[in-house]
Amino acid sequence: MHTVVMTKGVPDFREGKVAFDEDGHLERGNTPTVMNPNDEHALRAALQTRVRHGGRVSVMSMGPPGYEDVLQEAMESVYADDCYLVSDKQFAAADTWATAITLATAIEHLGEPDLVFAGFKTADGETGHTGPQTCWGLDIPIVTHVVALDIDPEERTLRAKRLVEGDIEEIETVETSLPAFVVADPEFEPSYRTARHRLERKRLREEARERAADIDEHVTYWDHEELNLDPDYVGLDGSPTIVSSVDPIPRAPAEREATEVDPTDPEALGEVVEELTPHAGGD
Amino acid sequence: MSNMDEVGFDSSAAVDGGESFEAVVVGGGPGGAAAAAVLAENGVETLVLERGVEAGSKNVSGGLLYAEESAPYTLDGLFPGFRDEATERPVTRNYMDNLADGKVHTVDLGGVHHHDTEWCDSVLRRPMDSWVAERVHERTVEAGGGLLTGVRVNGLLREGGEIVGVTCDELDPIRADLIVAADGVNSELARDAGLMDWDEPEEWFQGVKAVVDVPPEEVNDRFGIDDDEGVARLFAGDLFEGVRGGGFLYTNRDSLSIGTVFHLDSLAAERAEPQELLDALLTHPHLGQWLPDEYDEYDEREYSAKLVPDSKKVAHPSPHEGRLLLVGDAAGQMQAQGPIIKGMNHAVSAGGLAAEAYIEARNRRQPESAGERYERRLHDSGLYGKLRPRRYEALGRFGEREVVADAVDDLAGSRLGRLGVRIAGGVVERAFNSPFLLGALPDTRTAYATVPRVLAEELGEPVRGDNDADPPSLEERIGDLTYDTDVGNPHIELMDNSFEASGTAVTACPVSAEGFGGGCYREETVRANGDEERVVSLDTQPCVECGTCAVVADTEWTHPRGGKGVDFRQG
Ligand SMILES: Cc1cc2nc3c(=O)[nH]c(=O)nc-3n(C[C@H](O)[C@H](O)[C@H](O)COP(=O)(O)OP(=O)(O)OC[C@H]3O[C@@H](n4cnc5c(N)ncnc54)[C@H](O)[C@@H]3O)c2cc1C
Ligand code: SF4
Repeated sequence: MHTVVMTKGVPDFREGKVAFDEDGHLERGNTPTVMNPNDEHALRAALQTRVRHGGRVSVMSMGPPGYEDVLQEAMESVYADDCYLVSDKQFAAADTWATAITLATAIEHLGEPDLVFAGFKTADGETGHTGPQTCWGLDIPIVTHVVALDIDPEERTLRAKRLVEGDIEEIETVETSLPAFVVADPEFEPSYRTARHRLERKRLREEARERAADIDEHVTYWDHEELNLDPDYVGLDGSPTIVSSVDPIPRAPAEREATEVDPTDPEALGEVVEELTPHAGGD
Repeated sequence: MSNMDEVGFDSSAAVDGGESFEAVVVGGGPGGAAAAAVLAENGVETLVLERGVEAGSKNVSGGLLYAEESAPYTLDGLFPGFRDEATERPVTRNYMDNLADGKVHTVDLGGVHHHDTEWCDSVLRRPMDSWVAERVHERTVEAGGGLLTGVRVNGLLREGGEIVGVTCDELDPIRADLIVAADGVNSELARDAGLMDWDEPEEWFQGVKAVVDVPPEEVNDRFGIDDDEGVARLFAGDLFEGVRGGGFLYTNRDSLSIGTVFHLDSLAAERAEPQELLDALLTHPHLGQWLPDEYDEYDEREYSAKLVPDSKKVAHPSPHEGRLLLVGDAAGQMQAQGPIIKGMNHAVSAGGLAAEAYIEARNRRQPESAGERYERRLHDSGLYGKLRPRRYEALGRFGEREVVADAVDDLAGSRLGRLGVRIAGGVVERAFNSPFLLGALPDTRTAYATVPRVLAEELGEPVRGDNDADPPSLEERIGDLTYDTDVGNPHIELMDNSFEASGTAVTACPVSAEGFGGGCYREETVRANGDEERVVSLDTQPCVECGTCAVVADTEWTHPRGGKGVDFRQG
């Protein structure tokens, strides 16, 4: 079983980490890059697969050199065997389409993996397109919003529970053949209910720690030549998306009007209830 | 999302009716480690389950690990490099300080200490147990199993009334041909099998301990020792308000382990607060010479507590049922040889013997005979004789009867008794150093309080020096501990909250106190329909999992789920 997990480095949006310029644009150079938080769920799903069925896990990312921290984090959390960084000036400023073409080519270049995992969406672009578009490029079945997985390596099938319309109240079970593409939902919870799985996870963790300490030895860099990609179809030139305008990220209102309410005053509380009632339907 | 478990797919093991290992060892303390090591060495596929985040994170001992010459197994025998890597200091000097009336009378306990002792090291349980557990994991992996932490075994898996495995909070049921319950003093497995109960306070001791930070060179300086030497001091006399028990101080590499061990029935009857008794020891002027003074402030690394079984009363003569074998504290195998406490070493021996018994039974194709063989080994190896000395049954128990106990106590405290002590001071010292006599010693005030008091008063020197130690308050002690709280999953349930049924827990619980609102147990007055009722209420969050309230109060008591609850760093 060969599993590939796609992960991306994104600006660290945690409070105090993000730097904006005067126009409210993000200053990438001054904002640390971290692993896209949603990819964690993809990584967990891949790890569960690896623990249960063995095989090899590769982490793939597209981005500038210097992504090693992100790859290292990915390697430690998924106990990956190897990492691939698709990196080339020609790939810069790619939209989701051009990114997907590049990644699909890179994944094919790896051989034919049995499973590809991607996170739900990135914390910066938030389109949620890259995964499905890459899958389109690979021409394999896709299951999105996956919250639980069961793989039968002999039958080469995958059963998944997925959220219907992203709603946790409604879950359907689907089945497809391998190879397949899985987009893990943030609700994905890996389950390790047997001792042997936990022991295997522990073994993998110990091995991965050693590998991650020498991350450089386990990263392969691929540029457009290696992937045999025409520069006209990747990066900015290969991106059909036209950005009409960029809005600065709205700052939180400096001051909001607040009325203090005495919690022991029934009349005041009655007013609060009256204020809230119109919104009770979920508006 | 709360119902995620239902969302996942059944793991294949659950569908097939559970996974199996040849042996499952529950508990990663010394007993479990020894059993697992011997099993694995003999090629038995062994799974070790430990509920703490790491082995040792739930464990507390005073801290003297004995390797007895007569013991069938020792930790350094099982794990080469153990003493270099996992212990603190070899203990080379042993004393008992009898304190009363501002005087101290010191007895050299070298005789009893060195008797049958190959070596004796001070230890801290977190570093010791976790070091051992790593080796156990390596070995059990080689035999096809391994050691998992963060898993609490919550019961026995039975089929047609027979024990066939274990059930856990975190894992699907696991079947095994051998189940070793090395799950310590509050063994849920022993209870599930109906082999041990926790009913009687007189069958238990409660230990409370503080690990005090002292730089290594200061330890050497204050005790006049080198790096490869250590000191053990025991304390008895008038500093514990007549509660039956005593104190200890052991030197570690760069800290001191200071604590008290009391008979739980006495602690409960006197409604004594364990943490206050510990403070009485920590702040006693006699201890000032060893504790950090006003220049280098007193810094407590950790406050901890635990129950200890009294093997003389509870060591199970036949600790097995079907495939289940109990070892160590789970079988009550904790020996209090007078003031000397030996539990870890016996747990190691018992673990090794249980493993041997199974291997022999399996080789003879009679796996069901493992329990019988284990029992025979416990008796033949002499271990059982140490745990439940016959002479105690004959003499000690007799001496504990109230009328006799009072008469002896009166005699010891009388003028005649005092005269005897003055004339025969050396005899008393010899008596303290006699393992034979200590084994027969009745558990009465006489031994713990009266004789030490008379010794100090009649033969003692005045205590000199000051004690500037300023131990933290109970609130600070609780605040300094690390917990992984498990809100919504209480592991203790109060069955009867009336003061009569559960009030003792307020004082006996080492993290609760009368008039203190921040512990586990609180006393409250409820007014209803013009009536007033004194009740007890419970909040399990600051619990150190000592198990005391399981004995002294009316509770449903279990351990917290794997990895949850208190996380000791020293032990
Ligand atoms: C204050 C004090 C002072 C002491 N002084 C000494 C001394 O100086 N020398 C000495 O030799 N002994 C001393 N003892 C006694 C000694 O600590 C015990 O006798 C010894 O630890 C027993 O070893 P064990 O392996 O049976 O159990 P433990 O060491 O208690 O190990 C039991 C293990 O099982 C785990 N466990 C429990 N329940 C479960 C479950 N359901 N599922 C999974 N895991 C579980 C626990 O987390 C723990 O790791 C002292 C004890 C106390 C409290
Ligand atoms: S609540 Fe019970 S088990 Fe917990 S510390 Fe108090 S007495 Fe011990």
